[in-house]
Amino acid sequence: MDVISGLALGFGSALTPINLGWALLGCFLGTAIGVLPGIGPALTIALLLPVTFKVEATGAFILFCGVFYGAMYGGSTTSILLNTPGESGSIITALEGAKMARNGRAGPALVTAAVGSFVAGTVGTLGISFVGPLVVEVALKLGPAEYFSLMLLCFVTVSAVLGGSALRGLASLGFGLMLGLVGIDLQTGQPRLTFGIPELLDGVNVVLVAVALFAVGETMYLAWRHVDGRQEVRPVGRLWMSREDWKRSVGPWLRGSFLGFPFGVLPAGGTEMPTMLSYYAEKKLVSPEHRKEFGTTGAIEGVAGPEAANNAAAAGVLVPMLTLGLPTSATAAIMLSAFQSYGIQPGPMLFTQQAALVWTLIASLYIANVMLVVLNLPLVGLWARILKIPTPQLYAGILVFATIGTYGISNSVVDLVLLYGIGIIAMFMRRFDFPTAPVVIGMILGPMAEQNLRQALTISQGDWSTFVTRPVSLAILSLALLALVGPRLWRAWAVRRG
Amino acid sequence: MNETSPQGGTPRADLGAGIFVVLLGLLTLYAAWAVPDSPLYAQVGAKAVPYLVGAVMVALGMGLSAVALRGGWRQENEEAMNAPPTNWRALGLLAAGLLAQLALIQWLGFVIAATIQYVLVCAAFGSRRPLRDLLIGILVTLGAYLGFSQLLGVNIGAGVLEGIL
Repeated sequence: MDVISGLALGFGSALTPINLGWALLGCFLGTAIGVLPGIGPALTIALLLPVTFKVEATGAFILFCGVFYGAMYGGSTTSILLNTPGESGSIITALEGAKMARNGRAGPALVTAAVGSFVAGTVGTLGISFVGPLVVEVALKLGPAEYFSLMLLCFVTVSAVLGGSALRGLASLGFGLMLGLVGIDLQTGQPRLTFGIPELLDGVNVVLVAVALFAVGETMYLAWRHVDGRQEVRPVGRLWMSREDWKRSVGPWLRGSFLGFPFGVLPAGGTEMPTMLSYYAEKKLVSPEHRKEFGTTGAIEGVAGPEAANNAAAAGVLVPMLTLGLPTSATAAIMLSAFQSYGIQPGPMLFTQQAALVWTLIASLYIANVMLVVLNLPLVGLWARILKIPTPQLYAGILVFATIGTYGISNSVVDLVLLYGIGIIAMFMRRFDFPTAPVVIGMILGPMAEQNLRQALTISQGDWSTFVTRPVSLAILSLALLALVGPRLWRAWAVRRG
Repeated sequence: MNETSPQGGTPRADLGAGIFVVLLGLLTLYAAWAVPDSPLYAQVGAKAVPYLVGAVMVALGMGLSAVALRGGWRQENEEAMNAPPTNWRALGLLAAGLLAQLALIQWLGFVIAATIQYVLVCAAFGSRRPLRDLLIGILVTLGAYLGFSQLLGVNIGAGVLEGIL
């Protein structure tokens, strides 16, 4: 199916009242969640996974995509008004955005973030529509050996390329792989890592792990370091951009979008790198008269560019998720498990076997994007009020939802013990600066990688050299090695040159 | 930077994290060893990948420990360096809330157990008005219960209040 008829099919089914309703609900919920500091789209989608038992796949995924896009819009509001980035991709937005807010320019910062998100979302969604089918054509030629190599590459990029340290990222990934191993081995029927606990035979539930990492651990860490007192929420002011603000924003929006999208597509591990690159690019490209605003009164370019890069990269993450079944962010990993709960395996076959679902999902991304820009600016007062929920009530509420979401899986106290136990580990991970996203990705992707490894070795009759004698597999493995040691060699070389 | 700041520029805490990763790896290796040999023939059995993951974890943990012994990575993390001291009161109240939940959920049901947890967690984060928190807590937990059980169709188990509803 070509792109145009795919989109026609998609819009046809996404524009029904019920599906528009799901999109609206998702956008609204996602924005609210994104605004709340400390919780994000991965947690929300994890808690909403029970929807998959009641609602048909299309509706559920429209809801999830609305949450996914909405949370990104909401995150920027928090960075600007509270100077507390809700997620890693918003750290850079907070840098300039909070300075603008302090100087009474919160309005223009919010508008440029919202319109920038819209521009980036549109570029990103166009990218998904046109790049996705191309990736599928390539992906159809890959065998288990290539898939396994691709997954290794994915492991390396999500855990070792970015962040403070490859050791810590890989250790987080290893913890996730370990959690993914728990339960009955699908090929031989043997229980693994269950330690004789019958509740573990079905494996550790991904909802439980996501909730433990993103809600319980975060709450515990904040309690550990809690100091009584309240954070100041900056007033929104007038939502208005002057003609000059528009002129200064257009370039950064477009550059940020085209910079961010490829980073999301090529599993390059998250949104930190594109947002940072966009920030430095804008700082370099800005006209001399505005350069002094960077880091002092807040430059609008420093909000517009990174915010667009953030959204475009997050949209790009959907390309490997839908076409290859490879999740490269925690949210994508949770969405993948939603597909699995419908018995659908994302991958190249998805575009042919579930064409209606895929194209409806893509169409609903366009719709969510429009809804968000229309919904967000008029409602920004409401979102700012959400920020005024006092900390005690906010975190007590988050724990109530974390508990009910986990207890609902199988009404088991063992699950709650696991939830709080992994929550304690997550608290220490936060304290010792271990990233948490690789845990979820390792947990979802680990079993898939093992399956491909075993299939590849069965095909090669136990010959491990199959991974390096097949050229595509070798190329991917070389890339993975390069991603692992390249940055370190580069740094050593740079140090030697002084 | 400041090696003697109260939250420890000392590498000892970082060493603990490294050792924990080694222990996780050893646990995985032990669990891999404990998987019975399968009578089924397979090129790669059920034990291979657990062995691999365990070995990699042990190696990573030893690497982290080595970094910790050479001064640790704490000073790279600005947020942790500037963190306020441990708030034992908050942690204690939070732990009490979680334990109350574990002890009571099957006996009294989700709504009551979660309300008690709510009040304790609010207190942990410095709320001084337990009665108001109790009222808000009942509303939040009831809302969560009704949302999950009615809208999402999730079974949240039996309990005192759930029986009446």
